[in-house]
Amino acid sequence: MAHEGEGIATSPEAVMSRLAQSHYLADEELATAIFLALRLGKPLLLEGAPGVGKTEAAKAVAEVLGRELVRLQCYEGIDAAHALYEWNYQRQLLAIRQAGEAETDIYGDRFLIARPLLQVLQAPDQRVLLVDEIDRSDHEFEALLLEFLSDFQISIPERGTLCAKTRPLVVLTSNRTRELAEALRRRCVYHWIGYPDAEREAAIIMARSGDVARETAKAVADAVRDIRARPLAKPPGIAEAIEWANAATILEKGGSPWPEAFRRAIGVLIKDEEDIHYIEPEMRHIIEAAMS
Amino acid sequence: MNKFLVCDTAETPRELPRGSAPFFGFARLLRRFGFAIAPEQAIAFMQAVSLLGPRSMDDVRRSAVATFAPAPERRVEFDALFESWFCGDTGMLSPGDQQDEEETEIKDDNATAEEQIITIQDAKGGELTSGAEQLNTRTFPSDDLRLDKLERRIGAALPWRRSFRTVRTSTGSNLDLRRSMRKILSADGDIPSPRLRRRQTVPRRLLMLIDVSGSMKLYTDDYLKLAHAAVQGTGGAEVFCFGTRLTRLTPALRIKNRDQALARAGALVEDWDGGTRIGRTLLAFLSVPRFSAFARGAVVVILSDALERGDSTEMETAFRRFAGAAHRLSLATPLAGDPRFRPETAALRAIMPMLDDLVDGSSIAGLSEFILSLGRSAPDIEPMSGRGS
Repeated sequence: MAHEGEGIATSPEAVMSRLAQSHYLADEELATAIFLALRLGKPLLLEGAPGVGKTEAAKAVAEVLGRELVRLQCYEGIDAAHALYEWNYQRQLLAIRQAGEAETDIYGDRFLIARPLLQVLQAPDQRVLLVDEIDRSDHEFEALLLEFLSDFQISIPERGTLCAKTRPLVVLTSNRTRELAEALRRRCVYHWIGYPDAEREAAIIMARSGDVARETAKAVADAVRDIRARPLAKPPGIAEAIEWANAATILEKGGSPWPEAFRRAIGVLIKDEEDIHYIEPEMRHIIEAAMS
Repeated sequence: MNKFLVCDTAETPRELPRGSAPFFGFARLLRRFGFAIAPEQAIAFMQAVSLLGPRSMDDVRRSAVATFAPAPERRVEFDALFESWFCGDTGMLSPGDQQDEEETEIKDDNATAEEQIITIQDAKGGELTSGAEQLNTRTFPSDDLRLDKLERRIGAALPWRRSFRTVRTSTGSNLDLRRSMRKILSADGDIPSPRLRRRQTVPRRLLMLIDVSGSMKLYTDDYLKLAHAAVQGTGGAEVFCFGTRLTRLTPALRIKNRDQALARAGALVEDWDGGTRIGRTLLAFLSVPRFSAFARGAVVVILSDALERGDSTEMETAFRRFAGAAHRLSLATPLAGDPRFRPETAALRAIMPMLDDLVDGSSIAGLSEFILSLGRSAPDIEPMSGRGS
């Protein structure tokens, strides 16, 4: 069976290695899920807390596959007209007027406005489709996706069924603000992305940040791990940890001594007023413990 | 052997190749434990195992997780079943004992020897509450309590909000292009009156947080029945209970039969009539993004005596966060059934400014009326907020 991603999908280790080359450090579990999604030809459903790198994973996969990434950001109220297609009504009206008494086909290609899902189906080359934060959409939209996710096709009442010219790789992400339907879950290869351990997070910070020393990355990873263990309204994600390491490094180079640089840059890590009030008294202790 | 058959009910069951039987058997085991496993998932599991080698048991486990997609809150149960099936670990629960709902547990890290559990009938003061954890289960006797009115009316009684979704309407500002176009085509290109849409309004979510600690023992049965009626009456109700732990009860209360639903809920909760850690459990609720999303824009009703032991800072923080996120925050306390009740404890005084309502939670009829009045600007039931000093 011919499969997608011939270049990287020879083994989970190959996936891991290629992702690392594009500065995305996946663990074995995630690499296995990506490998299986590529080889089984199924969509990949990534769930996890905000900021653990779900969207970045899709971007990294698109990069290593050398395919264009088409992103569909979901929100409450999103419907077929935003995700699949829409008719160009003005152009249809003009066509009717121009035709006069003659018959005219107003459901041709030139009247069809392709939205992300249709764009992916019509693309001559293989694409990576990112359906981001599917949990924000309504149940109806989720149901709308089922046909696309199982058969990579879309039914347009006026045109019939359109099948994908080349099977895209679909990555769905969810923050689990609501439960997804079983029908959607079972169509996908599933992976839960958790926060990485301190060692991996330090490596991610090193790979993703511009100019951060190894010791700084390690201290940030340890401190962030400690902070996440507390009952915060918005626990910091990996992106915040990278920003914190970058910001502290900039402050340190600007003349602020080390523990103070971390403390002053706390605003890029904790972005909730109450969380800052909660964590502030303990920051010195957390940072000193991380730096030791 | 039965476990090596493709289908239990087929007239002529086909035997699988011997090597594949354990994998399909695992899928059937998951179904027996309440996991919704489709046949194509079992096939995908086999394919995934083949693709990965398998080189080790880890490959089989990863294949199972990727293809069967267990929800994170059931992952522990899933792993236990995997161990039981593939590794011969017999420590797994029997199907009737499994706990398949979300549960956030809080470690019992501050209980001291002095904190003795007092199981009481007439608890009235904060000195009788406890921070220690005591695990209990409960069975609910059959009850004829009528909550039909609440169940019937709650859907329309909750406050409403504007949704981003639109509905067809005869008046409104948004043009329904698709329908208008169809009308134009059917009218041979004439321009008829335009078809319109407007943003629809939907009822707000109702979030009920029920205190099941020892000091609330007399009321928790009624509260659970009330919660069951609320869940049955509206699709947007969420129910959690808390004592020393936090347990989500909504899936159990979706069972239509009240006795069955309460029995299921009774089996889910492990800390009935135990200690109290109101602030900490509410903060634990808020720290789970999925749960805290239930509070955003919702009508939050906390059913508790609000008798927090020791420092009330955590409880104050939790109530402030609820007040910030919720559309309306109400505290129903059975203590308010006493006419002499005044919110004079440190914890109650601290949270009073954040509450929209402080109501009498001693009678289920009064609580039903209060919930049914939430959609109105001024509830019919007299709030106790004015009693604060």
